Amino acid sequence: MSERLFRIWRGTAAGGSFVEYRVDVDPGMVVLDVLHRIQARLANDLAIRWNCKAGKCGSCSMEINGRPRLACMTRMNQFGGAEMIAVQPMKTFPVVKDLVTDVSWNYEQNRRIPPFRPKPRPADGQYRMRQVDVDRVQEFRKCIECFLCQDVCHVLRDQSRKDAFVGPRLMIRLASLEMHPLDTEDRVPALREEFGSGLCNITRCCTEVCPEQIQITDNGIIPLKERVVDRYFDPLLGLVRKVFRRK
Amino acid sequence: MAEAARAGGHIIGFAATTRTDRWWVGPLLTVLGLGGFVVYATWAAFQGSHYYYGPYLSPFYSPLLFIDPNAPGAAPLGQAWFGTWPSWWPSFLPASPAFLILVFPGAFRATCYYYRKAYYRSFFGTPPGCAVGPLPRRRYRGETGLLIVQNLHRYALYFAIAFIFILYDDAFRAFFRDGQFGVGVGSVVLLINPTLLAGYTFGCHSWRHLVGGRLDCFSCDRSSALRHGIWKGVSILNVGHMQWAWASLFWVALSDVYVRLLSMGVLRDLSTWG
Repeated sequence: MSERLFRIWRGTAAGGSFVEYRVDVDPGMVVLDVLHRIQARLANDLAIRWNCKAGKCGSCSMEINGRPRLACMTRMNQFGGAEMIAVQPMKTFPVVKDLVTDVSWNYEQNRRIPPFRPKPRPADGQYRMRQVDVDRVQEFRKCIECFLCQDVCHVLRDQSRKDAFVGPRLMIRLASLEMHPLDTEDRVPALREEFGSGLCNITRCCTEVCPEQIQITDNGIIPLKERVVDRYFDPLLGLVRKVFRRK
Repeated sequence: MAEAARAGGHIIGFAATTRTDRWWVGPLLTVLGLGGFVVYATWAAFQGSHYYYGPYLSPFYSPLLFIDPNAPGAAPLGQAWFGTWPSWWPSFLPASPAFLILVFPGAFRATCYYYRKAYYRSFFGTPPGCAVGPLPRRRYRGETGLLIVQNLHRYALYFAIAFIFILYDDAFRAFFRDGQFGVGVGSVVLLINPTLLAGYTFGCHSWRHLVGGRLDCFSCDRSSALRHGIWKGVSILNVGHMQWAWASLFWVALSDVYVRLLSMGVLRDLSTWG
C-alpha cells in the first residue's frame, strides 16, 4: 500500500476548483477504484458516473493527467511513484457536477442520422450476409459510446464547431450504416452538408483514445470522406455517373 | 500562450494542456524530419547539376523531360524524353529538370492522409497534440475552405503510380553500365527506392477506397470478391502507411545524396564494374 496525491476538479458549470486528496492505493487498483475510495473516505459528495468497471459501458470517461480515458481501464501502476494525478471532467461537454458531464448532445446528433433502410426481402423472405461483409461493419459496432473520441476531437473541443460537425462517434455510426451491404439509404449528401465530414482534418486523436481500438480514422472517417470525394470532387467519376446514369 | 481556466479546470490557449507526458516530441520530430526534407529537396532541385553518375539517376530528377547537357554532372542528352533544355525557360530560374517533375510526388505527399495529420499537428497546430490547445483562429473550417483541394488526393495518386514505374525503370538501368550488367551500391540504393515508394503508394487510403473500399458488398459478385482480395492486401500496407511514408521519404533523399556525392567525386561507388 502507498499513499498517492490526487488533484480532482470539484464544482459545477457555475465554477469550481481543484481539490487535493491524499489516499492509500493498493496494488492492482485502477483510477476508478481510487476515486471510489476517496468518495468513501474523504469526499462523500464526489460525483462520478460509472457502471461496469470493465471498460464495456463507457460511463467513467474523464481526463486523467490531461488525457481522455476510462477511469476503470487506467491502472495506477502506470504512473510514477511520486506523480500527482489530476482528474477532470471531459472538456467538450457541459459539467453537471465534479467529474460528471452532460453528454446528451451526442444522442441528439444520433437522432439526426437517417436510419437503416434495408433492401426488399428476397423471395424466400430471408436476408443473407456473408462473413466478409459482416466483418467490416462489425468493427464499428464495438463502440461503447464512452464519447472519449468526441471529447478529444479538436473540432468539438476547441474550435466550437458543434454546429457543423457531428464528431467521430457519429461518423462511425454513419459508417456502420453507409457501408452496410443491406442498407439502401443514401447519406453521402448529408455527410457533407449536415454532418460536416469536411471539418475533420484527420489528426487521429479520436483513434488514439478509443478504448475499443476502433480504427476510427482509417476505417471510418477517411472512407466516408472518400465517398464524398466520389460524389462531389472527382470529375472523372462524375462523367461516368452522367454517361451511365449511376448514383 | 495566454491561458485561462474554465469549468472543469481546463486551461485554454495555444499548447495549453494538463497533459504531463512529452506530447511535443512527436510534432517536434515531424518538424525536423519533414522540414529538413523540404529544405534539402528544394536545395537539390535548385542545383540543376550533379544528379547523374552513369548509370545512376537521382530520383529527384526522374523522369528527365529536358536536359541542359552543359550542367556539371548532367545526364547525357539521349536520356531526355523531349531533348535539350527549352529556350522559353525563365532565365531567373536555374535549368533544373527537377523543377518540372517534383510537383507530382510533392502533391501526392502534401495531400496524403498521413502527412495531413503530421503537418496539421506540427506545422499548423490544429491541434499540436491530442487534448492540447490549438492555434487560435477566428472560425475553423477544416478542409472545407482553401483546403478543399485535399480532395484531389486520388489524382496525385495516379501520377505517383506512374512515377513508381519510371523509377523502377531507372533502377533497372542502374544495373547496366555501358551495356554491361553489373551491381553497384548505387544499383541497390536505386532499387530499394521505388520499392519503398510502392509500399507507401499502394497503401494509400484513396487507393484502398478505389480498389474496393467504395463497395458496400464484398461478396455480391465475382468482381467484388476479387476487389475484396485486393482491398485486404492494400489494407495490410495501409496499417503501416506512416512507416512506409517516412522510410520512402528518407530513402529518396538518401538516393539523391548518394548519386550527388558520386557525381561530385566525393564518394566512390563499390561495384562489380571495377
